[in-house]
Amino acid sequence: MRTETFEIGTAPAAPARATRARRGIRELWALPWVRLALLAAVIVAAVVVYLFTDVPGSLAFALRIRGLTVAAMLVVATAVGVSTVVFHTITGNRILTPSIMGFDAFYVLISTLIVFFLGSQSFVRFDPVTLWLVQVGVMMAFSAALFSWLFGGRRRSVHLMLLVGIVLGVFFRSFSEWMQRMLDPLDFQILSDAMFASLTRPDELLLTLTAALVLVGAIALVPLLRTLDVLTLGSPAAIGLGVEHRRVVLTLFPIVSLMVAASTALVGPILFFGLIVANLAYSYAGSFRHTWTLPAAVGIGMLCLIGGQLVLEQLFGFAGTLSTVIEFAGGLFFLFLVLRKGAR
Amino acid sequence: MIALENVTKRYGATTVVDDVSLTFGGEGIAALIGPNGAGKSTLFSLVGRLLKPDDGRVVVDGVDVATASSRELATALAVLRQDNHVAARLTVHDLVEFGRFPHSRGRLTVTDRDHIERAIDYLELDAYRGRFLDELSGGQRQRAFIAMVLAQDTRYVLLDEPLNNLDLRHMTEIMRLLRRMADELDKRIVVVLHDINFAATYADRIVAMRAGRVVADAAAGEVMDPDVLEAVYDTPVDVRDIDGRPVALYYS
Repeated sequence: MRTETFEIGTAPAAPARATRARRGIRELWALPWVRLALLAAVIVAAVVVYLFTDVPGSLAFALRIRGLTVAAMLVVATAVGVSTVVFHTITGNRILTPSIMGFDAFYVLISTLIVFFLGSQSFVRFDPVTLWLVQVGVMMAFSAALFSWLFGGRRRSVHLMLLVGIVLGVFFRSFSEWMQRMLDPLDFQILSDAMFASLTRPDELLLTLTAALVLVGAIALVPLLRTLDVLTLGSPAAIGLGVEHRRVVLTLFPIVSLMVAASTALVGPILFFGLIVANLAYSYAGSFRHTWTLPAAVGIGMLCLIGGQLVLEQLFGFAGTLSTVIEFAGGLFFLFLVLRKGAR
Repeated sequence: MIALENVTKRYGATTVVDDVSLTFGGEGIAALIGPNGAGKSTLFSLVGRLLKPDDGRVVVDGVDVATASSRELATALAVLRQDNHVAARLTVHDLVEFGRFPHSRGRLTVTDRDHIERAIDYLELDAYRGRFLDELSGGQRQRAFIAMVLAQDTRYVLLDEPLNNLDLRHMTEIMRLLRRMADELDKRIVVVLHDINFAATYADRIVAMRAGRVVADAAAGEVMDPDVLEAVYDTPVDVRDIDGRPVALYYS
């Protein structure tokens, strides 16, 4: 108390002005839209760096190929960021991702089954659109079955559904591994390509289809933004405030599944970084409101992807996978955030 | 009026609320007392449509809760539950704003802002409105949640053990506040209490439950009787008259 009076009493004019400026910056920084604008600016800068560095040969060709990659990143970042944040809100738990429902594992299982029974050649020769449609369809059917089974009956519990999802995920993973062991080494080689997320050189038609689905999902969420805010209070409180919880959850889960299924079928298992992205978004957005946390999650996801891709290309010369880079850097940063919060 | 008509709720083979018929919502404060596991919280969950009764029905202002619109019900009835864990970091103002959700669906009007201001003033939370909930003491936190309920602007207010984990001063503060809300704002309050002396001092009516049934329902003074209380809690309770007020002594 005394030191405060002392500082105010004797502070000369210039430092006072500096303090005021600093306070002005802090007040600006407290505004969610300022933070989002800064994030957007950093992303644009990263995209420009990615598009224009080390162009070998024709710039137009490089821009076209890299532009497609950037578009794929944006679609994936939207799907992962939005689905993870919404999933957190529904479950009231911030250390889950939709991958816990076995989505990634199920995707790997589908791919393994195709290679196992039809051979890697058919996997490669398959029409990509048909393959994508089959994968999206099967994943959606899987999640629909899980939801209707657990929400249709009297035991409507999100936690029971999660538990069943986890068990199924482990089952899918072990089953895939078992089949992979019996594969021809060449078949296995081709299959492993499908099991790591790859954002470079996406199929244009598939990218458009995926983008459309993700966009539809995102638009469907807009009228629910304020309801999502209320859901952060937990389902009992939300019901007390007039939210028809069951109906809302039955609308939200399919949106989450659709986004996840479409983007997983496009680039492979990609849910790994949802956890990091969503939690970074919560601390970065400066507001709990979904109007801010959802775009922040998309932005941070985009930054992770493009930053990870740059690091992968420039530092490691493509020796590795994007998921390794993102998980390593993101994990470290996440630890830093947790520790810093603990210290405060 | 909130009327429970032959309401029964079972969890598996255990009957938690057993054929209860009860009417709440008269003027003033009704205290719901009874030992742990008597079915008090379940009763609140049934009224607050968190649970569906296995038998019977709950009627609020003439409308069956099972068929009522969730939103309309939320403008007639507010429930403050025991466990109010919030995963997100909310400020007091954010929380109180949520009380207006049933009215405005999140798009605040001038009336909504007016209600929010009045609720914050009423609970004397003006100095804390920008604070995060996890930066508040237990008493301030409880007041913030009551402010949310007040902003909801409902006729009926149900509070499940609002005195949990509060010290003497904050317990009396909350009870005086509920009394004021009943007297000045004509709120019809139903409150679950464990300390029967608080019930006797501040409530107009006491409803006692035991093993899923209502075993006593009368004016506060009448329930403060050694035989009645012993039957409710299965433990000897002495009731003494101190300065014209019945005080239960159960510290033996």
